[in-house]
Amino acid sequence: MTTQVVSANRLDNGRVVYLAPSGQWIGALSEAEVAHDATAAESLLHRAATAIIDRLIVGPYLISVTAATGRPQAERLREQIRATGPTVAPAHHDRAA
Amino acid sequence: MPLLKNGTVTADPWHDGTAGLIVTLEQWRAQRDTLLARNVPLGLRLAPSDDVETVGDDARRFALIAIDFPAFTDGRPYSSARLLRERYGYDGELRATGQVLRDQLSFMQRCGFDAFEIANPNAAQDFAAAVGEISVVYQPAGDREPTIAASAHRAA
Amino acid sequence: MVAIYHYDDADRTLVRERVAQFRDQVDRRLSGALTEEEFRPLRLMNGLYLQLHAYMLRVAIPYGTVSADQMRVLAAIARRYDRDYGHFTTRQNIQFNWIKLEETPDLLHDLAQVDMHAIQTSGNVIRNVTADHYAGAAADELDDSRIYAEIIRQWSTLHPEFSFLPRKFKIAVTASATDRAALKVHDIGVRLHERDGAPGFEVMVGGGQGRTPMIAKTIRDFLPEHDLLSYLEAILRVYNRQGRRDNKYKARIKILVHDLGAAAFAAKVEAEWAEIKDGPLGLPEAEVARIRHHFQPPAFRDLDAPNSLHVAKARIDPAFARWLRINTHAHKQPGYAIVDVSLKPVGGIPGDATADQMDALADIAAQYSFDEIRVTHTQNLVLPHVEEGALHAVWQALGRHGLATPNVGLASDIISCPGMDYCSLATARSIPIAQAISTRLADLDAQEDLGVLGIKISGCINACGHHHVGHIGILGLEKNGQEYYQLTLGGDPGADASLGEVIGKSFSAGGIVDAVEKITVAYRALRTPGEAFIDAYRRLGPAPFKETLYAAA
Repeated sequence: MTTQVVSANRLDNGRVVYLAPSGQWIGALSEAEVAHDATAAESLLHRAATAIIDRLIVGPYLISVTAATGRPQAERLREQIRATGPTVAPAHHDRAA
Repeated sequence: MPLLKNGTVTADPWHDGTAGLIVTLEQWRAQRDTLLARNVPLGLRLAPSDDVETVGDDARRFALIAIDFPAFTDGRPYSSARLLRERYGYDGELRATGQVLRDQLSFMQRCGFDAFEIANPNAAQDFAAAVGEISVVYQPAGDREPTIAASAHRAA
Repeated sequence: MVAIYHYDDADRTLVRERVAQFRDQVDRRLSGALTEEEFRPLRLMNGLYLQLHAYMLRVAIPYGTVSADQMRVLAAIARRYDRDYGHFTTRQNIQFNWIKLEETPDLLHDLAQVDMHAIQTSGNVIRNVTADHYAGAAADELDDSRIYAEIIRQWSTLHPEFSFLPRKFKIAVTASATDRAALKVHDIGVRLHERDGAPGFEVMVGGGQGRTPMIAKTIRDFLPEHDLLSYLEAILRVYNRQGRRDNKYKARIKILVHDLGAAAFAAKVEAEWAEIKDGPLGLPEAEVARIRHHFQPPAFRDLDAPNSLHVAKARIDPAFARWLRINTHAHKQPGYAIVDVSLKPVGGIPGDATADQMDALADIAAQYSFDEIRVTHTQNLVLPHVEEGALHAVWQALGRHGLATPNVGLASDIISCPGMDYCSLATARSIPIAQAISTRLADLDAQEDLGVLGIKISGCINACGHHHVGHIGILGLEKNGQEYYQLTLGGDPGADASLGEVIGKSFSAGGIVDAVEKITVAYRALRTPGEAFIDAYRRLGPAPFKETLYAAA
């Protein structure tokens, strides 16, 4: 059983969010609530389903994280990129010349 | 299921069989002559995959043709409707059934549907709003609205 | 007056009503009246995706033609609703990456002020129509393909019968012997030509990329102009009714054409067409003339004596001379040139432009190119009508904004999809690979020596980066959490189109850059004098390249 958090995109602005222990949907993966077993993961998805009905989020799903430091970090590259943004700098940062 | 026709919610006379008899395409093909001999108004229920060519000019023998949208993303009934209206001269009630949503109503109407089974208490208001949203059209279709190009040439 | 399609009141009414309609749909989504499942196709029909980081809006640039005023609005949108940049795509469109759903109706309202929209830039509909990006300017064209592209655009816009097709549908148009629009990898490719002095079309169907790439088949050699729309309607009707809807990976028209066989498919189209060809979709000469009127050539000056100023300047400035050789193209009007504007600086993100660059281009186009700019399917831009005497000034102006990299058509002019840095479908990143390759192959003399070389990178099997038709194609995949890259050679999007072949086992992110470089080294050693890469590959086959890449190392 891997450790997991639930992620989604906000309905209104599309930004990446994670469910925090407070019940808030927040932008920082490091502050997300971590599920250590299947029951806890199920509970995260259940709370996400409520957030869909409340029109807060769309498309929730579980992502695998490592939480060795106590702060969850995404395992897969895709989720690392979702958590921290594109790995390439947009044009105006590298095209000064 | 409420029936929306001519922009208003009406009782469905076919619902309890008073208006006539509704058959499937299969039944029609198997029992065509028998059904005609009964001399009652006939309705035809079509699935998206039914070839309207097999109905052909017989379309005019029906008082109702209902085409099912098993999912609103299934676009085949739009073609069926246009063929019935434009190729086979059907001018009776053409009804959309199944997953009929507000935001598809104007496309359906443009293809020739004029009756809608719609699971929404505000169906009449929805319909009025939906079909009024886009007032100009670029291409000819079953509704025979004049196109933008045709209007431009008439004005010229 | 700039030679773009100028909206009249009716065109404008449609776009404005469409904005109001979408505003209402967004309101209903935010209020909960529409579920995401119901809303998704509605937002897609307005070009709005939900991507990795945010909503992404794809704005339609029909056949890639955009005026200076429109470009300024795109810049303003990048600043107001996004993060000061946009991404020009392989379908001649522009995408904004950081859009908020709640602001989208306002954004669309701003676009509508300059007759722009995002209609049908996504969804299972007829997508934004593409055409030759040199249309109206190229010395080798028979006619301006945008006239017919615009006619098709109007016919396909909010087409009530074809708004829920089995899958997306892409149409491209050219009117030149040189295929600059990749006709043969489109659902329909339409090529204008002439027979006995009358215009007509070769109609190709069933090309496409994605996980099952196919080259389109010609189902009509010569379709009279009058029958263009009725014939397209017949094709779409056959597809709408008979295309597969049970499996999205087999739903494109290419699968239907392939399964039936081109001849049987053509027979179905002809039978349907026979029923409707004399109907209201007939295209009268007066209607072609009405649309043609919008694409009148600009007021070119009569330059009977060739202007040699640029030639003289080139003699003393080799950098300018190089840019002239590589980034300009023959114009049909004496004394004028077509200027390619590279969006591929070394180490940059292919197709990205900042708001400042967009504004600069608008100014340059206003001053030097009759207000006109084009977007190419290779993710570059074009100033279509520049006086030769102004080329040096244009080069300097572009250079001030990082837009004069002399590499159009060369190895560092890489097509790349956004990949996993932005796209929710991607399996690997593409942009960093493009950056690494363009940096590795940056030397301009070496690039010019390599000649025409199309490197194309997709970050997943959907092939938005056109890797199947790359001379060198790269497909990014993922296995056990690692990105890896598959190499194909020998693809080409032109009139003699071919699909690339997988050359052998895949490479790591670092390894793929080395592999591309090795291919270029091998090509240099193997070519005959003047032989382009694709010709050398077609002559030699994959064996010597395999040898180079996989010889016991």
